[in-house]
Amino acid sequence: MRAFAELYTALDETNKTGAKTDALVRYFQAAAPADAAWALYFLIGRRPRQAVPTARLRAWATEAAGLDDWLFGEAYDAVGDLAETVALVLPDPDGEERWTAAGVAGAVGVAGTQHAASVRIAGGGAVRDDLVGTPHAASLQVWVEQVLLPLRTLDEATQKAAVLAAWATLGGTARFVFNKLITGQFRIGVSQRLVTRALAQVSGVDGDSIAHRLMGEWTPAPLWYASLIAADTTDSDASRPYPFCLAHPLEAEPATLGDLVRWQVEWKWDGIRAQIVRRNGATYVWSRGEELVTERFPELAALGALFPDGTVIDGEALPFKDGVVLPFAQLQRRIGRKDLGKKILSDVPVILLVYDLIELAGKDVRDQPLAWRRAQLDALVTAIAPAADVAADALPVSGSIGLSPLVLATDWEDLARLRDTARDRNAEGFMLKLRESPYRVGRQRGDWWKWKVAPYTIDAVLINAQRGSGKRASLYTDYTFAVWDGDRLVPFAKAYSGLTDAEIREVDAFVRRNTTETFGPVRAVKPELVFELGFEGLQRSTRHKSGVAVRFPRILRRRLDKKIADADTLETIQALVPPV
Amino acid sequence: MGDTLITTTDAGFYCAAGDFYIDPWRPVARAVVTHAHADHARWGSAAYLVAEEGQRVFRTRLGPDAIIETLSYGAATQINGVRVSLHPAGHILGSAQVRVEHRGEVWVASGDYKIEPDATCTAFEPVRCDTFITEATFGLPIYRWRPQTEIFAEINAWWRANQAAGAASILYGYALGKAQRLLSGLDPAIGPICVHGALPKLTDDYRASGIDLPPTMRVSEQVRGFDWSRAMILAPPSAHGTPWMRRFGTAVTAFASGWMRIRGTRRRRAIDRGFVLSDHADWPGLLGAIAATGAGRVWVTHGYTAVLARYLAEHGLETHAVATRFDDDRGQSEEEQLVDATAEPQE
Repeated sequence: MRAFAELYTALDETNKTGAKTDALVRYFQAAAPADAAWALYFLIGRRPRQAVPTARLRAWATEAAGLDDWLFGEAYDAVGDLAETVALVLPDPDGEERWTAAGVAGAVGVAGTQHAASVRIAGGGAVRDDLVGTPHAASLQVWVEQVLLPLRTLDEATQKAAVLAAWATLGGTARFVFNKLITGQFRIGVSQRLVTRALAQVSGVDGDSIAHRLMGEWTPAPLWYASLIAADTTDSDASRPYPFCLAHPLEAEPATLGDLVRWQVEWKWDGIRAQIVRRNGATYVWSRGEELVTERFPELAALGALFPDGTVIDGEALPFKDGVVLPFAQLQRRIGRKDLGKKILSDVPVILLVYDLIELAGKDVRDQPLAWRRAQLDALVTAIAPAADVAADALPVSGSIGLSPLVLATDWEDLARLRDTARDRNAEGFMLKLRESPYRVGRQRGDWWKWKVAPYTIDAVLINAQRGSGKRASLYTDYTFAVWDGDRLVPFAKAYSGLTDAEIREVDAFVRRNTTETFGPVRAVKPELVFELGFEGLQRSTRHKSGVAVRFPRILRRRLDKKIADADTLETIQALVPPV
Repeated sequence: MGDTLITTTDAGFYCAAGDFYIDPWRPVARAVVTHAHADHARWGSAAYLVAEEGQRVFRTRLGPDAIIETLSYGAATQINGVRVSLHPAGHILGSAQVRVEHRGEVWVASGDYKIEPDATCTAFEPVRCDTFITEATFGLPIYRWRPQTEIFAEINAWWRANQAAGAASILYGYALGKAQRLLSGLDPAIGPICVHGALPKLTDDYRASGIDLPPTMRVSEQVRGFDWSRAMILAPPSAHGTPWMRRFGTAVTAFASGWMRIRGTRRRRAIDRGFVLSDHADWPGLLGAIAATGAGRVWVTHGYTAVLARYLAEHGLETHAVATRFDDDRGQSEEEQLVDATAEPQE
C-alpha cells in the first residue's frame, strides 16, 4: 500500500510524461506480481463494484470528524472530490504512519478470507499463488482482497467498523488513495498508453501486445500479470477484442491531405463503435468502452454465427428501421435497459454497419493495408449477406448487417459538397482513411481522420453555474445556458468545456460577483454573459424545459459583442429540429 | 450595526468615537493598519498608525511620503479619547491585532493571523475582548496545518532531490512574508539561494529589522553559465510561466501556500509540487483563537466568512459575516493573485 501511495504521489506531483513513466517503471519493477496486477487494474481506470455507497462514506467521515453535515458539505464543495474531502477532514492517525491491513482485515472478519480465496480461483492463479507465498499484510493485494472487496457484502455496522479502522490506520495520501479505491476515478493524468509504455519498458514486450492483452475481461491476479508481461505472445483468451483504431478530428483543409485517390472515404455514423469477435463457436460483442455488450444487442450476437471461427470485425452499431438510420437518441433508449422487450426490439432494431476486418481465419491482420482488409471484408460479408436490392443512395443492409458504403467523389470540393448532406442521412460527416494504412492501436495521427460537418451554433445566455471537480474543483466551470422564450429565459443546455483557463477565471469571477440566488451547489447568476454554443444534433424532449435536447453541447466562444437581448430564441432552435 | 463601537462602512471598519479606520480600502484621514499586505495597507491615507516591528516594510509599501506613526506591541495610545493598542498577530513581520477600548467596551480586529510561531515575526498573542473581528481565509475543517519544521524538511529534501536530478528548484511564495519565512527555513548548506527581483527590497527590510535570514543572490546578478541546477530560486507566483523562467533550463516548480492542501488547486496551476505552508490560522487555529478571546460577539471577514460565522453561531456566539471589497464568501482572491502580478496576495 505504501509503494502504491508513493506511486500515486509521484504521478500526481509532476506534469512531465517522462517523470511519470519513470515512476511507473520503478513501481512495476519492484512490485510483487499480485500488487502490480491490482495497481494496473486501478491505474487504467477499472474498478470493482463500489464496495460502500458514497453516502455512507460521507456520513461516517462527518461523524468521525465531529462535523455537522452542512459543514462537511461546505468542505466538499470547496474540494470537489469526496474521497479527498473525507481524507482531509479526518484527524491524523496517532503516532507513526502504519500501513498494515492486519487490523482492518480483522474488522472485516471471516467474510474477507473467503472472498480473497474466491478472487484467486476466479483469476485462475490458485496454483501459482502458492509460489508467491503469503502476501505481506501491508501490501496492496491484502488491502484490496482482504479489505476492499469483502466490504461490499458486509452489513453496514461491520462495514463502518472496517472503514473507520482503515481511516485510523492510514494517514495522508494513503488514506486518500484508499478512499479512491472505493469511489473509483483516479484521474491522475495517467493514460492507458502511458501505463502500457511503462509495462513495455519493464517487460521488454512491445506496447501494442500489452495494450491488446489489457483488452477484454481479466481478473487481476499474479498469474494473469505474468501472462500480461510474458514474452510468449500466444494468447488464449477467446473473447479478447483488439484495441480500436481511432481517428483524429481534421482541423486543416482536406486538400492538405494530398490526392483524394489515396483515401478511402466513408460516412461517419452516429452510433456505437462495436467489435464482433467470433472464436471457438462463440460470439462476443464489444463496445468501444471495452464493455462486453453481447446481450444488449441480440441482433449483433446472432450475426456472429454467420462468420467462420477466427473472425473479428469492426463496425458501427446503428439504430436502423425501414431503410433509414434513426437518430442516436433512439439508440439511447436501448442502451440503458437490462431487459429488452419485444417492443423496443421492434421499435429500434440495431444493425452493424461494418467497415474493417481485424482478424481473419484466426490471424491478426492489422498489419495488412486497409485496401486489402476492406477487400477481404467485402468478400466475407457478401458471402453471408448478399447485398439487398436497394436504391442507389440507400444503405446496402441485408438482415442486420451491411457494408459501410464507400463514398466516391471526383475531388475534395466535390466531397465537401456531399458532406453537406450528412445530416439528412443521420451521419456526422466523413471518415477519411489512408488506403495503405494498417489498423493501428488507439488514436494516432495521420492515417485516419474524422471530418465532421460544422456544428449547429446558437447564442445563449449564462444563467446558472456550478463548481467543477478534480482539476477544476472550486472554480465555477459547469454552466447552464438559456435562450429566449418570449420575454423569459428558458434553460436550454449545459456545457462544461470550450473555454481557455483565462476565460474560465474571468467567468468564475463573474459568477462570484453576480450571484442572485444559490440552490445547493448551484448559483443562479445575473443574465449578462452571452456565449456561442455548438452542438451536433437536437431532438424534441419532454424531459427538458425547452422541449429540446441537444447532443454534445460545448462552448465555442464568448460573445463579448452581444448583449443578452441578442441571444437566440427557442423558436429558432425548434426550427432546427428535424421532423420525425 | 449603526451604533456599535466599530461599524462597517464603504471604506472599511470605522470607529466613530475615535474617528479612525482600520485597514481602510479608500484614502481616509487616519488609518490604523494591521499589516503591510496590499489588501490591508492601501495607499493615500493622510496618516497611518502601525506596529513598530513593521515600520520598514510599511515604508517600502506605502512610499517615502506617507506619514507613518508606530506603536510597539502592547503599548497604548489615545485617539480622540479612544484607547488603541497593537498586539502581535504572527502573520508577517509587523502584523498586528488592533485592540480598541472605549467606555469599558473592548474590540479586537485581528487582521490576518497565524497561531504557530515562526522565526520571521513576533508570535501571535490572544487578546481578551467583548467583540472579536476575525479573518476566515481558511475557515473550513479541511484546512489543518502540519508543523512547519516538517514542511521545511520536505522543502529541503525536495531541493536536494532536484539537485541530484540536475534540475533547478523554483519555489513560489508571496513576496512579502511567505518568501522571508521560506528563506528562514531553507538550509543554505545545500546550495545557493537566488531570488526574483520582487524580493530583495522586502527581504532587506526584514534583515534590517533584525530577522536573521540566509544570504541570497539576485537571479539577475548571475553570470552566464551559472549552474542553476544546484540553486533554490525563490519567486512570487506571478513569475510562473513567464519568459523569466527560461534561463534556468531544466527546472521543477513548487508553490508554498495553504491552498496547496487541496489537490485541485495545485493541479490546475501546472505546478509540480505543493507545500502546505500558510501564514494564516488553520481551522483549529481559528476556533482556538476565537475561544481564547472570550468574546461573546464575533464578526467574520475575509475568506470563508459565511461558513465560519454559521459554525460559531451554532456554538452560541453572536456572529456577523462582513463582506469586504477583496473577497466574496470564499477565498477567490487566490486566483486573482496568481494572475495579476501587481496584486499583493493576502496569503
